[in-house]
Amino acid sequence: MSRPRLVDRKEEKSSLGSLPAELLIRMHDLMVKARVLEERLIQMYKSGHGYFWIGGPGEEAFNVPLGLLMKKGQGPAYDYLHAHYRQSATLLALGESPIGALRQMKNTATDPYSGGRNFAGHFSKREWNIAPVSSPIEVQYAIAPGTALAQKRFGGDGITIVTGGDAGTAEGDFASCLIWSSRPGNELPILIIVTNNQWGISTAAATQHGEKHISDRGRAFNIRSRTIDGNDPVTSYLELKEAMEYVRKERKPFLLEAMVSRLYGHSSASGANFVGDEPDCIKSFEERLEAEGVLTRAEMDALRKKYTEEIAEMARQVRDEPQPDGASIYDHIYWEKK
Amino acid sequence: MANMAQAIRMALHYAEENLGLTDVFGEDVGPPLGGVFTCTQGIQSAWNSPLDERGIIGMAIGLALAGQKPCAEIQFCDYIYNTIDLLKIAGNTCWSSNGDWNVPMIVRTPVGSGIRGSIYHSHSFDATATHIPGWKIVMPSTPLDAYGLLLAAVLEDNPVMYLEPKALLRIKGEELIPGEPADDKMLSKMIDAPLGERSKWKPQWPALEKYVVPIGKAKLVREGLHVTVVSWGRTLPLAAKAAKALAENEGIEAEVIDLRTLWPYDWEMVSASIEKTGKVLYVNEDTEVTNFGEHLIRRTIEDHFYKLLAPPRLLAGKFVPGIGLADNLEMASVPQLKDITDAIRALAAEQP
Repeated sequence: MSRPRLVDRKEEKSSLGSLPAELLIRMHDLMVKARVLEERLIQMYKSGHGYFWIGGPGEEAFNVPLGLLMKKGQGPAYDYLHAHYRQSATLLALGESPIGALRQMKNTATDPYSGGRNFAGHFSKREWNIAPVSSPIEVQYAIAPGTALAQKRFGGDGITIVTGGDAGTAEGDFASCLIWSSRPGNELPILIIVTNNQWGISTAAATQHGEKHISDRGRAFNIRSRTIDGNDPVTSYLELKEAMEYVRKERKPFLLEAMVSRLYGHSSASGANFVGDEPDCIKSFEERLEAEGVLTRAEMDALRKKYTEEIAEMARQVRDEPQPDGASIYDHIYWEKK
Repeated sequence: MANMAQAIRMALHYAEENLGLTDVFGEDVGPPLGGVFTCTQGIQSAWNSPLDERGIIGMAIGLALAGQKPCAEIQFCDYIYNTIDLLKIAGNTCWSSNGDWNVPMIVRTPVGSGIRGSIYHSHSFDATATHIPGWKIVMPSTPLDAYGLLLAAVLEDNPVMYLEPKALLRIKGEELIPGEPADDKMLSKMIDAPLGERSKWKPQWPALEKYVVPIGKAKLVREGLHVTVVSWGRTLPLAAKAAKALAENEGIEAEVIDLRTLWPYDWEMVSASIEKTGKVLYVNEDTEVTNFGEHLIRRTIEDHFYKLLAPPRLLAGKFVPGIGLADNLEMASVPQLKDITDAIRALAAEQP
């Protein structure tokens, strides 16, 4: 790459042939698994097995490659992820079992991310450098430069990845992230991601934001930036790979804006019903996989059926698990030496 | 003897050399200035940040998550208010991750009145800080405690809010910091940056020693039988001075406790003193409505109601939007020596 490119690849599909069939099949598998998980979480909410749902159906084509490309592990030698609450597909792609998300939905004591304390989709896993997801929009953009500075110091090729939505980029923390990541002589190894679904709850981005692309804001800070079609898993994989290689090697920031869909609305607060008028990344990917003979319709149907059954079984198991004890509210206010 | 600013500087130096402190940063914290109150002059790991308080607190959280040991500075606590939700995150990360993550960071910030700082350089932060669970909150009133509490903060695995009473930063101590030269002119020559051009300047650090004031331990400043006075920060030395004068001139014996740690606080010491005197006055300069002293009064009533000889009292800052610049305005807004003396005298005179 000789200079920053700003392209809107919405209409431009990468050829499936740019990736090995094995990888396409793996990505498809994880995308379906993540979608089935989110649909199960919604169903749990609707049938009274959880108080609130928020998640990422419609972002799988971007979030799966992100997880596949991350360097998983603990400490500055590995990638840090400062995620937002639409990232279940990334967690599954990293190798997480769906049962953790179900447990968090049901707020059981066994919830591996918060012990029944936090909403669905609020992952946390220190063992894999997954910083705790918190509900305030965009605070992760202010925090991420800290892990990136530690990694700049540490050396190696571990990077920091921060993700958030488009609406929250109106918050000052997004500007903080751009400024702190690009201080002259102290540029940070950070991949700054915005998944742009063009909504902030009920408010259309076009009614609030004058910038054409959010990624344009990187240019003011000499941050290499790009806008991509996040509904295309092949494009997402290739663009993420290129951006990550740049950040790993150059130890400099990259701003990647991925145009995605929001297929079940903002959260359960807006009903969590399927919206028919946004592109569905799994539907379009499956059409291409079928057309190019990578997978048959029957194989894909069987896969969805398999995950539906598996995750339904997990949900049944979770249903009977205990809630946290009220007396536990005083646990972990402070760190206990392990 | 060192003043509090020098004590903080020496603690930061000791901690970066011996205790794994990695980053001392904030606005104007690095060279050439070394902090608007000189607290970070000559510190190796000190660096200047953008003028962005949210960025500063976010950076500290991120560094701490990645195993570093940062000490961030907010130049005046008046400017920390736009970081409250990040402070909440630092305080809730361990709890909300059910004990998976911890955030070992320190935030230092100068607080309170005393330098005629007008509306935005006179705020206090203890009432607000004590509304944020998950933090440990300390506030020294002497250089030696400033040194010892800062080392304790660096050794802590949780976020620590280190409040610096700005009126006391230039006040010399009465006790030597272990390793500090006895001659303060010599100390100044060794560790104070010269005025003007200082790009070639390097401090000559004394051979400092480890001295830790445990977080959560108050200090009995003066023993007395008639009234307990609990204070912290700027008003503590005033309370001690008032108590001394009242003892010498009026025979009123006030017991004075420097709380030092606001959370988790040393109720054992305060409680034992109230048992003895039956009367307690809490003194601080934050605004009086939902003041931390009000919490201590609740605790006093719940634990000691039947043994109290007078209602527990609070002397605090007036509940007004700011501290005005003019001398009379500042003096009327926050407790002064006379106010404290009068309050102790009045409480001592109260009869059931």
